[in-house]
Parts: sequence; C-alpha cells; structure tokens
Amino acid sequence: MLQVNNLHASINDKEILKGINLEIKAGEVHAIMGPNGSGKSTLSAVIAGKEEYEVTEGKVMLDGEDLSDLAPEERAHKGIFLSFQYPVEIPGVTVTNFIKTAINETRKSKGLEELPAKEMLQLIREKSDLLEIDRKFLSRSLNEGFSGGEKKRNEIFQMAMLEPKLAILDETDSGLDIDALKVVAKGVNKLKSDKNSVLVITHYQRLLDYIVPDFVHVLYNGKIVKSGGKELALELEKKGYDWLK
Amino acid sequence: MDLKEKLTSSFLAFENEGNLDLDSNTHAIRLEAIKSFEAHGFPSKTIEDWKYTNLKPLLKHDYCLFPRTKNDVGFKNIKKYLLNDVETYTLVFIDGVFSSFLSTTTHDDCDVCVLSSALNRPKYKMVVDNYFNKIANKNESVSQLNTAFTIEGAFINVPKNTIVPKPIQIIYFSTGSEKEVLLQPRNLVIVGENSHVQIIERHQNLSDETTLTNAVTEIFVNKRAVVDYYKIQNDTKNSSLIDSTYVSQKMQSVASVNTYSFGGKLTRNNLEFYHEGEGITSNLNGISILNSNQHVDNTTLVNHKFPNCESHELYKGIYSDRSSGVFNGKVIVNKEAQKTNAFQQNNNILIDDGATINAKPQLEIFADDVKCSHGCTIGQLDESALFYMQSRGIPKKEAKALLLYAFGNDVVEKIKIPQLKTKIAKFIAEKLNVELGFDL
Repeated sequence: MLQVNNLHASINDKEILKGINLEIKAGEVHAIMGPNGSGKSTLSAVIAGKEEYEVTEGKVMLDGEDLSDLAPEERAHKGIFLSFQYPVEIPGVTVTNFIKTAINETRKSKGLEELPAKEMLQLIREKSDLLEIDRKFLSRSLNEGFSGGEKKRNEIFQMAMLEPKLAILDETDSGLDIDALKVVAKGVNKLKSDKNSVLVITHYQRLLDYIVPDFVHVLYNGKIVKSGGKELALELEKKGYDWLK
Repeated sequence: MDLKEKLTSSFLAFENEGNLDLDSNTHAIRLEAIKSFEAHGFPSKTIEDWKYTNLKPLLKHDYCLFPRTKNDVGFKNIKKYLLNDVETYTLVFIDGVFSSFLSTTTHDDCDVCVLSSALNRPKYKMVVDNYFNKIANKNESVSQLNTAFTIEGAFINVPKNTIVPKPIQIIYFSTGSEKEVLLQPRNLVIVGENSHVQIIERHQNLSDETTLTNAVTEIFVNKRAVVDYYKIQNDTKNSSLIDSTYVSQKMQSVASVNTYSFGGKLTRNNLEFYHEGEGITSNLNGISILNSNQHVDNTTLVNHKFPNCESHELYKGIYSDRSSGVFNGKVIVNKEAQKTNAFQQNNNILIDDGATINAKPQLEIFADDVKCSHGCTIGQLDESALFYMQSRGIPKKEAKALLLYAFGNDVVEKIKIPQLKTKIAKFIAEKLNVELGFDL
C-alpha cells in the first residue's frame, strides 16, 4: 500500500530524513519509534505532503502511485490521513460542518455529488456511536476549548468519517492519561481492517500495548536503524535508544 | 475652485433655496458650523487622528452638492440591499432625498421618519433643541461641515418604556444622476428610558459614478435603554464614506455599534462614546475585510467619566492585495471613573505583502481602581492550521477561507438579528471569494 523509497527531506537546507525505506501492506500496523529529533514527525508530515519540507531524493508511493507532486489535500483524497499531535482550533466552525466540508471536498475530487444531508447525518451518527462520542460534542466549534483527550478523539472521529487507506497517528498518545489513551486506541482498533493500514508514531511503548503493531521501526538521526516485531518496542522500553546508536 | 471654497460659497444659496427658517435655532447652529469649517477646512494628515487617512485624493473631484434625484428607482432596484426576510421599518433616501414610496415609516409606538420634518415641525421643537448637534464633535471639521448642510436624514424618536417591535433600516442610495456627488445625510436617534431599538444603516451607490458621503449620526441613549446599531459598508469601488457617529449614554444603558466594512474605496469611521451616568455598558465591534486598494479607518473613542461602567471593543481586519487599514482606538478613563472595566482588542491578518495596517491603541487612565486591557496583533495566516485542514482533504483556497471566517467569527457572533447575521456571513464568504459547503 505505502512504499517509501530512499526518502531524503530537508527544511531550510537542513537535512532531516536521510534515506528512509519503508513498506506497509494492507492490513498491517507499523510503529515508528525514536528519540526526540530523530525525524519521526518530519516523516509523517512529508508523507502527508507538508509544503515546508523539501524532498531532495527518493519518493513516497501509495498503491504504486507517486505522490511527490500532490498537494496535501490531494493526498488526503487518495486515502492518506494524518492525525495531528496538536490539532488546530477553528472557532465558529462546528465539528459537523468541518467534517461535512472535508467529506464533500473528497467526493468532489472523485467526481461524486455531495453526500445528501440525510446520509451525512446517518454516517455521523453511526461513527459517533461506534466511537462512543456524545452528539453534543459534534455541534461544538472544532477543537475550541477541547481537552487533550477530546481533541484526540475528534481526530479519530474524523478518521472514521474519512475512512482512509493509510492512517498516520502522530504522537496520538501525548498529553493523554491512560483512560483517554484506551478510548482512543479502542477507536483505532475498531476501524482497523484488512483493507487499511496504520502507521503509529510514538515516543513510548505504552500506546503499543493497546494498538499492537505487526512491525516496529526505530528511527534515529533520519534513518531507520532497526526493524523488528512488537517485542522490539518492549526492548526499547527497557534499554532506551543508546544501544542502537 | 477647490472643494472647501465651493462648499463655503454655496452655503448662503443652500439656506435660501432650502427654504430653511433663518430665525430658527438650527440656523444659528448651521452658521456657527460653517464658520468653524471655513476656519479649519478638511482635516489633513498633520492632524494626529487623521495621520493614516489621506482625504486629499477625494477632495479633488468636482462634486455636485445638490444632485438631481432620479425618480425611476423602484423597489426591484434596491431590494437586494435591504434585509427582506424580516419585517422592518425602512427609511430610503435617493440621492439625499427621502423616498416615501420606498419607505415604511411609523408614528405609532415611536417616530421613524425624516429629520427635515422634525427640524421644521413645532411638535418636535423641544426634542430638536435638546438633542440636535449636542454631541457631534465640534473639533471634527467634517462633522461641522455636515452640520452646516444638514437638511435630511433619519429621525428616530423612541419614547420611554418602548420596545420597538421591528428593526429599523436606514439606507442612502446614490444613483449616478451626477458624475460626482457629495451627500451629507444626518441622523438623529433618541431612545427613551427603558426602551430598546435595533437599527441598520447602509450607504449604497447604484452606479459606477463617484460618490462621497459625509454622514453624521447622533445617538442618545437614556437610562436603562438598549441600542443595537449596525453599519453595513459594502459599497462600490468609486464610493467613499466619512461616517461620524456620536453616542451619549445615560446610567445603566447599553449601546452597541457594530461596523462591517467590506466595500467602498475609502471609509473613515469616527465613533465616539460619551458616558453620562453610572453602570453603563458600551460595545464597539468591527470587522474589515479589504482587497485591491481599499482603505478603512476605524478611529474610536470611549470616554469614561463615571464610576462602574464598562466598555468592550473588538475590531478585526483582514487585508489583501494593496489594501490598508487603520485602527486608532482611544480609551479615556477620567479620575472620577473608578471601577471602570475597559477592554480593547484589535487583531489583524495581512494576506499579501502589499497590504498594510496601522494600529494605534491609546489608553489614558487617570483613575487608580480600574481594570483596563488592550491587545493588538498583526499576523499572517497560520500555516500549520492550513496544513491541518488540507490534510483532511480541504483544498488550500477553501481552507484559507474557513480560517479567515473563523478569525472573524466572534465579531459576527455579536449580531442579534439572525437574518442580518446570515447576510453578513454571506458577504464575508463572497468577499473571501469562496463557496463554503454549509450555511454559516
């Protein structure tokens, strides 16, 4: 599904990613771990198409299609979803209106009509029930005054609505207590199928107790220095990152 | 002949031809005003409060001072400029002349009519003597000019204990009957004790000809009265407006003036609040969304003279292309005005490199037991917020519009007439050149 080949990316002439290779197949869950400043968030931003980063070498492909020249919204239309570490507040635009806009823009890009209001409402109900989200929450302004947990649940709700092929969860666990973490992880697990994939980016192993990865990669200084199964995460938890340098 | 000379030399003819009563009190007021204007002329950039707004280019035109009026303007020509989906009283003026045909006036619960009849009828003599030109700033020469040539405008007189059941719309149209025209409408609003009124004012050019409007509005808010005043400024690119609005408030009254500036070539809003009692609340809200080479100047004053009063000021601006904005907000808290709460906020976004904003908060606080705050920001669109929305499949252009909409949202939220709120939100979407996928 996702193929990253020899990816080099820099910002302001500073090279952050120094040749990343990664392949994620449909139905797989991959985790990327690594110390601060290793390039984890850069990798997720580059896959999602953030324009500030310059890809100097290599490429990102989704289902065999090169994404290099696509804007972030076009990548989203193709099925890439990035859950943010710090979701942005948008006062005056409700969660419902925001997601409606996102869904209809995605449909438009595929030459489809806007989703009729009734069906949209039904879809919203279905997904919010699935994720046990209070309906009142949906008429609030997007992320405005949301707690850390609410923000992350809102991200997962949007993911549920948009049904991406590849969901990238960037530090979804940061700022969450263990209960909120469980709720978010439960949501992700419910949405997982053999047709989509998840890339979890995290500092700590604890999220991986709840979203269990098939593969774990260690990112250090812009390169993947080690890959393994889920037991690698536990090893890192015990030993830290120093032994890999 | 320059415009100042033209105006001063036309004054006598104006009084004669207008059949204005030369023995009346208003004649004396006019005479004093024209003398003052003659002495000071139009404000130049050397005057501190006019530092960032240059009137000179506007004064070069050969304005017709007493335009012919077109009487072929029908409801179909003006309908789209009115708020239609709610019942209102409406005062429509065409090239400075009242159109009874297009208006809906009343004298039932309150007077919603024209100033010319109020100035001339004995019935209103006391009212006019007590209120006319009492708070218009005598140091503001453009207001003096308006006073000298006062002949027509809206007169709204709400007796005490009256809730005016419908919003009142005041709309001034110019038709292009002359190539270049100067209009000087004058509004007088008096709201009695415990009364409540909502007013919408708009100036609209129906042609591509040049119009300069120099409007003055005086609003008197008596004890415990509530006034909501909305100014819609969405005129054509050849239209300019100098609007001076003066508000005098008695104890425990609440007055809100909301200014929505989207169109016009040059717009100057002078807005001054004077407190005449305790427990007063004054609200000043504004949003300017400009492009091309438009200019909007919001110069405001809140003068706190009594204890236990509040003022809340919130102005937002979005500037594209080579447009320019000015926010010049003065708050004075006099020594007697203890326990004052005065808040001022001004936030601006510059979209393009050629756009400018001059923001100048001025707080003069002489009392020691007060809560005053002011904040002023100038920034660009938040790139990470844009990326966030794009990553959800929303194209950059729509994402920008949504963000800008969100930025201005708290000012739009202040609108208490739902139909007007919808209209303003639509203007904003239009101005941002985007179709949002839902009703705002």
